[in-house]
Amino acid sequence: MNKILEKRRLSDNVFGMTLDAPRIARERKAGQFVIVMVDEEYGERIPLTIADADAVKGTVSIIFQTVGATTMKLAALEQGDSVAALLGPLGRPTSIRGANGEKPGRVVCVGGGIGVAPMHPIAQALKAAGNEVTIIMGARNKSLFVMEDEMRAIAGDRLILVTDDGSSGRKGLVTDPLKEICEAGGVDEVIAIGPPIMMKFCALATKPYGVKTVASLNTIMIDGTGMCGGCRVPVGGETKFVCVDGPEFDAHQVDWDLMMKRMGAFKPQEAAAKEHVCRAGIFNGGAAK
Amino acid sequence: MTPKEKMAIPPQPMPEQEPSVRARNMGEVALGYTAEQAKAEASRCLQCAAKPCMKGCPVAIDIPGFLAKAAEGDFDGALAVIKKTSLLPAVCGRVCPQEKQCQLHCTVGKIMKDVDKAVAIGRVERYCADNATAPDAECAAKTGCRVAVVGSGPASITCAADCARAGHDVTMFEALHKCGGVLVYGIPEFRLPKEIVRREIEGLEKIGVKIEKNFVVGLTRKLKDLMEKDGFDAVFVGTGAGLPKFMGIEGENLIGVFSANEYLTRANLMKAYDEKRADTPYWHGRRVAVLGGGNVAMDASRMALRLGAEKVYLVYRRSEAEMPARKEEVHHAKEEGVEFLLLQNAKRVLGDEHGAVAGLECLKYELGEPDASGRRSPVPIPGSEFTLDVDTVVVAVGNASNPLVPATTEGLETNRRGNITADPETGATSIPGVFAGGDIVLGAATVILAMGEGRRAAAGINAYLSAKGKDSSK
Repeated sequence: MNKILEKRRLSDNVFGMTLDAPRIARERKAGQFVIVMVDEEYGERIPLTIADADAVKGTVSIIFQTVGATTMKLAALEQGDSVAALLGPLGRPTSIRGANGEKPGRVVCVGGGIGVAPMHPIAQALKAAGNEVTIIMGARNKSLFVMEDEMRAIAGDRLILVTDDGSSGRKGLVTDPLKEICEAGGVDEVIAIGPPIMMKFCALATKPYGVKTVASLNTIMIDGTGMCGGCRVPVGGETKFVCVDGPEFDAHQVDWDLMMKRMGAFKPQEAAAKEHVCRAGIFNGGAAK
Repeated sequence: MTPKEKMAIPPQPMPEQEPSVRARNMGEVALGYTAEQAKAEASRCLQCAAKPCMKGCPVAIDIPGFLAKAAEGDFDGALAVIKKTSLLPAVCGRVCPQEKQCQLHCTVGKIMKDVDKAVAIGRVERYCADNATAPDAECAAKTGCRVAVVGSGPASITCAADCARAGHDVTMFEALHKCGGVLVYGIPEFRLPKEIVRREIEGLEKIGVKIEKNFVVGLTRKLKDLMEKDGFDAVFVGTGAGLPKFMGIEGENLIGVFSANEYLTRANLMKAYDEKRADTPYWHGRRVAVLGGGNVAMDASRMALRLGAEKVYLVYRRSEAEMPARKEEVHHAKEEGVEFLLLQNAKRVLGDEHGAVAGLECLKYELGEPDASGRRSPVPIPGSEFTLDVDTVVVAVGNASNPLVPATTEGLETNRRGNITADPETGATSIPGVFAGGDIVLGAATVILAMGEGRRAAAGINAYLSAKGKDSSK
């Protein structure tokens, strides 16, 4: 059981939670994730990337969007409630340029939607290692941006906002400024986290320039420790397990189309479960603060 | 009773649910003996002086001893005899491959020239475990030593119990949200009710074992930190063979292809079969092919029926004689309607435009010369390809050892297969104070072998702590 110390509503269907988890806070590194369960008997195990952590206070923060039954049940919990289980930190930490002996350089972080949340600790670590960090944040519209202030604190005037409808920053797609930056040259690495389709197109955008591009995958998982293989994805012709070999991979090597198809494997069941939760009134929409 | 009278007692059949009924429910298949049956079956034991059956038992239960008590109707006494050496009789009575162990050596079976007519030792063991009570071994005085047990499967349960009884302060770490390892995520409810596993874990807590669930050693805390920073004097690693192997064939990542671990974990641990209550979905396969011939393949194919499949094929590249599964599981699977495709093997999984399974291309095999395993090796027949009409493929061709602990523990030696190298007598590894046992050392084996390993490692740990002078009770 891990207590919810704070709950925030970040947009219509995006929530942030700070959880009491001293062990995970102590060990976690940028890029790692946790598995959350709302109910231990019949609940689902869902992977969520760690958005922030405080080793001194013993807390980790998660940010999630209500997309299915479990995230809706999670969103229905309030400060003072507990989640049934929290396992982590899982996966391999991000390889932070400049932190392991090599020279720091210029890194572009691309965060789409709530992909900005898991990007936050990575961007922080990149900055701390001496890299020049550019952050591109993309969303459908202005109201869907999360953690804009936190990202600005890292990137300063190297923060580029992009919206589909032009309600904030540039109108267009994250790949527009990404291509321009690559075209101008001098980029050492790109890290993309967001919807699979965005990550796929980031990979396609950087490929002609030969810029190293890393993506963080969020596939279906059960145990998160390498036992089930449900998260497997072909990378460079080899089958990899996102939970233990990832979650980050060379974006130019990932078989995006197959991965996206696999992520939709349980769509009919998920839709039915979501419908059930909605009708049962567990998720009450606007009541959360 | 004279030996002749004993031999005249017919082998007692196990009461079972009707195949057509049970193939659609999750209830236990084998219902267990009545007291009269247990007594009658136990009475068939000839009480051989040489006790050949004991040689076949990895934990050397005094089998004639407990059968003698059971034959008298003293089931509490029988259970007390079993409990001297076995920790999990309710589990082992159900899942041990008795026909390859104790019952293989039974004189009654030898005389009748049929191992199936040997004394049904496992069934009597199960009756005693389910229906009798016997006091647990007393715990020794506190030693002041702290032992960490990593994993909560059969090897770890046994090691934790033995270390706790030796007076050590034991903490068991489990990565999942429930304890029991393969007993809860792998073996289905219809073969091993989870209530039994829960009771065993409760028993551990009663003798003072602390349990930390949702804790993955190597990531939540490094093994060395447990020893160097958290004050554990010894560690037992029993993390099992939890890394599913795939066939390495084309189409294996299509939608509808699952490792048996995933397929069974969804249904068992996550209770997906209870669609109304469970949040974890299961795959609604209509026509299912299960690849493999072990117990896991039997479990997966029988689970597929219970999850509503219309047709289930079991595809195995050798013949039935070479199948590593328990005989009873093979028998049950056939009774329930699983169609066995022997001497056949998957060549590639065919997909449709949505990336979902559209069929399974197979190849026919014939048996050639014996291979390294001593079994006649299957040889493909060129040009014998054919396509099975299936929408689901479950790969049950074995598991490799879980790499998490070795990968995060510097200096912990493994062999080329990734199994931790451990002394067969004591379980000692390349790191002083770190012991290992079960599937993480053996590769995928059985529950009872893992228990034996856990027991030996516990003895190794007790000796190590004693020799180091850490045991303050001495």
